[in-house]
Amino acid sequence: MENLEALMHGFSVAISFQHIALMIGGVLLGILVGVLPGLGAPNGVTLLLPLTFSMDPVSAIILLTSTYWGALFGGSTTSILFNIPGEPSSVATTFDGHPMARQGKATEALTTAFLSAGFGAFVGIVVITLLSGFVTSFALRFAPPEYFAVYFLAFASFVAFGGGAPMKTVVSIVTGFALATVGMDIVSGGMRLTFDMPELIRGVSFLVVVIGLFGIGELLLTMEDSLEFKPVATTLSPKRVLAAACALPRHWVALARSATVGIWMGITPGGPTAASFMSYGLARRFSRNGANFGRGEPEGVVSPETADHAAGTAAMLPMLALGIPGSATAAVMLGGLMIWGLNPGPMLFIEQRDFVWGMIASMYLSNIVAVVLVLATVPLFAAILRLPFTIVAPLIVVVCTISAWSVASAGFDLWLMLVFGLVGWGMKKLDYPIAPLVLAMVIGDKAEDAFRQSMIISHGSFGVFWSNPLVGGIATLGLALLLWPVVSMVLRKMRRAA
Amino acid sequence: MRLSAAALGAAFGLATAVSIAAPAAAQSTWRPSKPVEFVVSSGPGGGTDTFARTVQSIIAKYELLPVSVIVSNKGGGSGAEGFVYGRLAERDPHKLIFGTNNEWLLPLVAKVAWKPSDLTPVAAMAFDEFAIWVKADSPYKTAAEYVAALRAGQPAEFRMGGSQSKDTDEILARMVERAIGIRFTYVPFRGGAEVGVQLAGGHIHSNVNNPSESIGGWRGGQVRPVCIFAPQRLPATAPVRDGVGWGDIPTCAEQGINITEYRMPRTVFLPPRVPENVAAYYAEVMKKVFDTPEWKEFTERTLQTARFLGAEEMRALMTKEEAASRALFQDLGWLVN
Repeated sequence: MENLEALMHGFSVAISFQHIALMIGGVLLGILVGVLPGLGAPNGVTLLLPLTFSMDPVSAIILLTSTYWGALFGGSTTSILFNIPGEPSSVATTFDGHPMARQGKATEALTTAFLSAGFGAFVGIVVITLLSGFVTSFALRFAPPEYFAVYFLAFASFVAFGGGAPMKTVVSIVTGFALATVGMDIVSGGMRLTFDMPELIRGVSFLVVVIGLFGIGELLLTMEDSLEFKPVATTLSPKRVLAAACALPRHWVALARSATVGIWMGITPGGPTAASFMSYGLARRFSRNGANFGRGEPEGVVSPETADHAAGTAAMLPMLALGIPGSATAAVMLGGLMIWGLNPGPMLFIEQRDFVWGMIASMYLSNIVAVVLVLATVPLFAAILRLPFTIVAPLIVVVCTISAWSVASAGFDLWLMLVFGLVGWGMKKLDYPIAPLVLAMVIGDKAEDAFRQSMIISHGSFGVFWSNPLVGGIATLGLALLLWPVVSMVLRKMRRAA
Repeated sequence: MRLSAAALGAAFGLATAVSIAAPAAAQSTWRPSKPVEFVVSSGPGGGTDTFARTVQSIIAKYELLPVSVIVSNKGGGSGAEGFVYGRLAERDPHKLIFGTNNEWLLPLVAKVAWKPSDLTPVAAMAFDEFAIWVKADSPYKTAAEYVAALRAGQPAEFRMGGSQSKDTDEILARMVERAIGIRFTYVPFRGGAEVGVQLAGGHIHSNVNNPSESIGGWRGGQVRPVCIFAPQRLPATAPVRDGVGWGDIPTCAEQGINITEYRMPRTVFLPPRVPENVAAYYAEVMKKVFDTPEWKEFTERTLQTARFLGAEEMRALMTKEEAASRALFQDLGWLVN
């Protein structure tokens, strides 16, 4: 109850005309940068950082976090409309969101995405509010073996339940891992797979690859299909937004499961991107509509979106209490904290109550603001799909190019994007699944670091992954999920033989 | 929080500051004519990032530049990305590269596309301290007790964490090994914050974080420093925890770890071959930043030592550190160039 009291105090700090104005401004700006892929939340927040130097810390953090929420919501928009993920964490939203849009259900897809995202964020904030003390001490229990186990679990739960030919999936995964190793290796301090090219020092950017594979690849496929692109006939009315909103509670199982996955990944170091993949993978396995996944199933939108936002909000807690940035955006905000004169750490909750609880209270408000604002944009964005392809296609190319450029302002990235566009097209044609490649890129290097750190600690013994109940439990669960398809296949064969 | 660079601070105490021939050149009236890019050789939120953005905020407040400032993060490859970018921007007077001593140490241990002498030194503006930290409830009250435990037990079971590999933290860890004659296990992590949390969770036994990276953990009763790598104790501060302040922390030399100095400079460079009056112009701007109360407040808060080095002093520091590091890296088998 102490926390609730603190929260009420937080609301008294957060609710002022200036703060609400900052929230609305931040959310709008965030939606804008989120909609432009590549520009993304980290860049948007970085651009705003100098503005905050002259603000008091509470206003500053409200502005930055509101921009972050706005960008997270905006990131789903292009995923659904054009198959271009605006944020790394909205990649999984493309799997079913884009097919829905192509079937003329863009309004439903966007509404479902935004509302489930709002739900996920809300659950995340409630957990932060109620369990702040517990979460911090829980996060402290994570050593490299636990980190590795968490990544392994996320990976296993997504990959094991994927469709497609197993060998093709393996090829896709291995390519993703190889791409993730490019650049400086922190464990050995050496350069890997850079071929002495300065452009490769920073590694292959995940976003550039994704923009190429999804955005450009999809465009090539569409052009091949038929040049006379039929604009998707949609009727636009606020009623459809409302109808989609009313349909959401039907997915309560998926909502609950995804929120749990999201919070788990937010508190442990998994992060929002891994959370959205894991949640999608689990939903595909356990949903009654699992067979429809990938063909425009609303639950395939609900699951990644809910988990993504639940993880994004839950990750704010370890950030403040321990100073671990859960995402690139959180790292920028932490830098801001230092410049404003605050030291992240357990004492922040005691010495800077106004700041911490003002921020938590503002998260409730700004997420409500964000949901209302993005829902208002749905008819506008859905209308884009009524434009003829001859206008939309060049627009997509422009958006992709600007996005790939803005990742690191490097011309090299544009070539990479084109190459991966071709790769994406080829993979689709030859039926290689793209998602495992993307996931392997996202968690590949972190998982590798954690694995090698564990090996340094244990002097090379695998026993370290079963050295205590926490890590042993996660690792065993991961193995079980990974082996599930094999076991179930064997069982089925035995049953048939009998 | 990522500590992207390497330090061999033994070279810090430069005997005599070489007098600078800059003033004459500075009087010529070069001025930036378009926005200046601050290239940060670390990711957003890292120590170098905070350094560059603080300079940016002070420049904005006092209007020390007639043009606007754009900060861009190029932290790939432990900062290599930023330095390569600077190296390729030859003669461009509108780019400043912010880093640490990784500008001259990284080329020794990794194959990178620049030589330490390529970039034009402008200034060093602060020196970050290092301390040995243990968990707050660790049985070792002092660094001497910790070393004694190392000697008595299985040294390989003692884990010291640090950010990155063959970088500041690992260099210091290896120097400590040499000073006490025992080899323990070094575990590299991504950045100082992560190392701090690993220590607070008891997954490693010690680390060598900068004061600003772990002060939050100290205040919160998770970790505490046992000695500081400085020639004398830090100036007394208000008590941080349990009545103990920074001034009460003994030096590591006092505790029998014979490394008297180890500090990491916060440096500013220009691309290669910019005219001398351009370098002098920026050096003057940085000196003005250095002289503001905001800079004093920033360095005090982050427990860095505020000390200004001009271009000539920086060159001397670079030469000295490079020679010392080369010997150590040779010994450790890290040298690639």
